[in-house]
Amino acid sequence: MSEDEFLEYVQGGGQVETRDWMPDEYRAKLIKFIEMHGNSELMGVLPEREWILRAPTLQRKLALTAKVQDEVGHAQLIYRVVEDLGKPREACLDDLVSGRAKFHNVFHYPTKTWGDVGVIAWLVDAAAIISQKALLKCSYAPYARIMKKICWEESFHILHGRDVVLTLMNGTDEQRELVQEALTRWWGPLMQFHGNPIPREDDPMFVWRIKSQGNEEARQQFLDGYVPQIWELGLEVPDPKLRKRDDGVWEYTEPDWDELRYVVTGHGPRTADRLDLRRRARERSAWVRQVVLAEAA
Amino acid sequence: MIYEVFRQERKGQAFQHAGSIGAPNLEFAEVYAREQYGRRQESTALWLVPRDAIDELDDFVDELGRTYHRVDGYSLKAKLKEARERAAARSG
Repeated sequence: MSEDEFLEYVQGGGQVETRDWMPDEYRAKLIKFIEMHGNSELMGVLPEREWILRAPTLQRKLALTAKVQDEVGHAQLIYRVVEDLGKPREACLDDLVSGRAKFHNVFHYPTKTWGDVGVIAWLVDAAAIISQKALLKCSYAPYARIMKKICWEESFHILHGRDVVLTLMNGTDEQRELVQEALTRWWGPLMQFHGNPIPREDDPMFVWRIKSQGNEEARQQFLDGYVPQIWELGLEVPDPKLRKRDDGVWEYTEPDWDELRYVVTGHGPRTADRLDLRRRARERSAWVRQVVLAEAA
Repeated sequence: MIYEVFRQERKGQAFQHAGSIGAPNLEFAEVYAREQYGRRQESTALWLVPRDAIDELDDFVDELGRTYHRVDGYSLKAKLKEARERAAARSG
């Protein structure tokens, strides 16, 4: 198979298995994309971890812990896929803690209040699941297959987040203000989440059919699904230009792409702290890996 | 070691490949597999198989187009129509 034939095959809906021949360029793009997804799952638990001990009830603590466990589990599954493509998990973690690898913009921000926990679990997870559902059709079959399990678990996370938000919205003015204040802070990063609106034909991840939709399609789907749900609770979206046109397309203020670039290249308000925590945790647990691997050998 | 995990969703159903886990030995593999594929009661049983033990055959080419041993080798519609017409003509 030539590279052109391979491209034609994946663009026609064909799927690829680990041991199939694939162009080096495709393998490199897969590793980059999937590794970033794994990093995001692993780093994504840190903003929520900060709230496990401060969660208002035992039920909430348990749910948050379960969610954190799910996300770490996703990272394990995803790094396994990367490993089969040729990059070991330890190498992924080296690149992550040294700041060479990227993870999603939303995990570089602080979680200031319990309102953040609700907004993250509801809306950040909603934005993520839109991207992840589009990966169910990924041309790389082993990744598409684990995405089924991941999407199944994410659906619990969205419900949990919505439950937290609804509980606050049914509470006191102060509680409602927590949600509004968190939503106002998170709106910018949420709008940046799906990336700049390059035409999908120019997006190498779409060309290789690693992703099955363009960035703007994903954002439109997010707005269409969730803005009405936000509005019906009486919450305000901090964008005066936001509206749905008669043809069904959402208009909005241009997201701050400079902020996105700046944040994902390691300059977010919490990037350094969280990478440092990950680095220290890895050092502290090194002896466990040594003992386990020595005993198993 | 890489272990391939197969899970059975409900009693009586076939085991399906679920994914793989990395573990230093079977004891750890069992713990990880329980966590990854069983902690929400989504499985009634799991099979763990060392990846090296799997022998894959994927060279199924039907060079001779042998349709006689498959259902798509038998399209009966036209023949049935003709047979019914003949039967009707004979009795009419």
